[in-house]
Amino acid sequence: MTPSAFRLTLPILFGYLPLGMAFGVLFATQLDYPWWIAPLMGVLVYAGAGQILAVSLLAAHAGLLEVFIAMFVLNARHLFYGLSLLGQFRGAGWRKLYLIFGLTDETYSLLTSRQRTQSREQELHTDFRITLLNQFYWVVGCAAGGFLGHSVTFNSTGIEFALIALFIVLTIEQYKALDETFPLWLGALAAGVAMAVLPAPHQLIGAIVIVSLVLLLQYRRHRDALARNRSGEETHG
Amino acid sequence: MVENLFQNYYLSSFIAVTVLATFATRIIPFVFFEHHTEHPVIKHLGRYLPAAVMALLAIVFLQRSATWSLPVVGLDALIPGALVVLVHLWRRNALLSIAAGTLPYMAIQQAGLF
Repeated sequence: MTPSAFRLTLPILFGYLPLGMAFGVLFATQLDYPWWIAPLMGVLVYAGAGQILAVSLLAAHAGLLEVFIAMFVLNARHLFYGLSLLGQFRGAGWRKLYLIFGLTDETYSLLTSRQRTQSREQELHTDFRITLLNQFYWVVGCAAGGFLGHSVTFNSTGIEFALIALFIVLTIEQYKALDETFPLWLGALAAGVAMAVLPAPHQLIGAIVIVSLVLLLQYRRHRDALARNRSGEETHG
Repeated sequence: MVENLFQNYYLSSFIAVTVLATFATRIIPFVFFEHHTEHPVIKHLGRYLPAAVMALLAIVFLQRSATWSLPVVGLDALIPGALVVLVHLWRRNALLSIAAGTLPYMAIQQAGLF
C-alpha cells in the first residue's frame, strides 16, 4: 500500500504553515514593502532559512554581491541533495526542472525516504505532487503571515516541532530500508562535531560536508579493497 | 517618486539575486554530474547520504528546539523526541508518531512546564 501524496505531506503542512507565517510576519513587521512580496518570495525563492535571512539583508540594504554569496553559502547543502538524486530524477522530463527547484530539506527527506513501486513514471508523478503540495503550504503560510502581519494572535507556539518529528520518523524509516546503522551514526556524529565547533548558520553545511567526505573516503577504501580482491583472484586463477 | 522607483529597483534585483543563488545550489549537481548517474561513487552517495543527512537534520534541529539551561537541560525537546521514536517503533504510523511528539512539545512550550 502506498499512501497518497497528500497524506505523505501532512507533517510538512503542519511545519510549513507556521514557519511560512513566521517569515511573513517578520517580513511585514520589519520591512516597508507590500505584504504580497512575502508570498511572491515563497513562490520564486522557496527556501525557509534563506527567506528569513533575506529579511535582515533587505532591512540592511545589503549589496547584491553580498546577498548572492550569503544565499549561496546558506543553501549550499542543496548541492549534496542533488548529488544523491541524480538517478532518481532521470527521465522526469518536463517535471525535472521543478523537482530540482523545489528541493528543500523537507521535500528531499520525503522523496528519499518514501517507499517506491516499480512504476517509475507513476513514482515521478508522485514526487512532483509532493513537491508541489509542499511549496503550496509554504506559499500559503508566507501569504497569511505577510497579510496578517502584526495582528497574528493565535497560539501555535511549538507546532514547528512537527518538522523535527518528521526528521526523526524519516531517520527511522531510512534505517529500516537500509538495515544498516552506520550512516545514522555518521550523521549524528557529524552533527555533534559541527555543533561543537561551528556557529549556528554554518552547522548544517558543515555537518553535511563531514558526512560527504567520510562517505567518499569509505567509498575509496571499499573500492581499493575490491580491486585488491580482484587482482588476488586473478593471480590465483 | 524617485525614491519609490529606486526601492522597487533594489527589491526586484534583490529578489532576482536571491532566486539565482538558491536555484544555483539546487541545479548545479544536475548540470555537472548528469552523465555520471551510474558511476559507483554517485551510487554510493545516493545510497548512504540521505540516511546520514536525515539523522543530522534530526539532531541539529532537535538541539535547537530545546532549552539547554538548568534545570531543563534539553528535556523539553528530548522527551517529545523520544516519544516520536517510541511511538514510531511501536506503530510505524508517521502521522501518529509526529503528533505524539508535537502535541506534548506544544503543551510544554505553551504551559512553560519546564
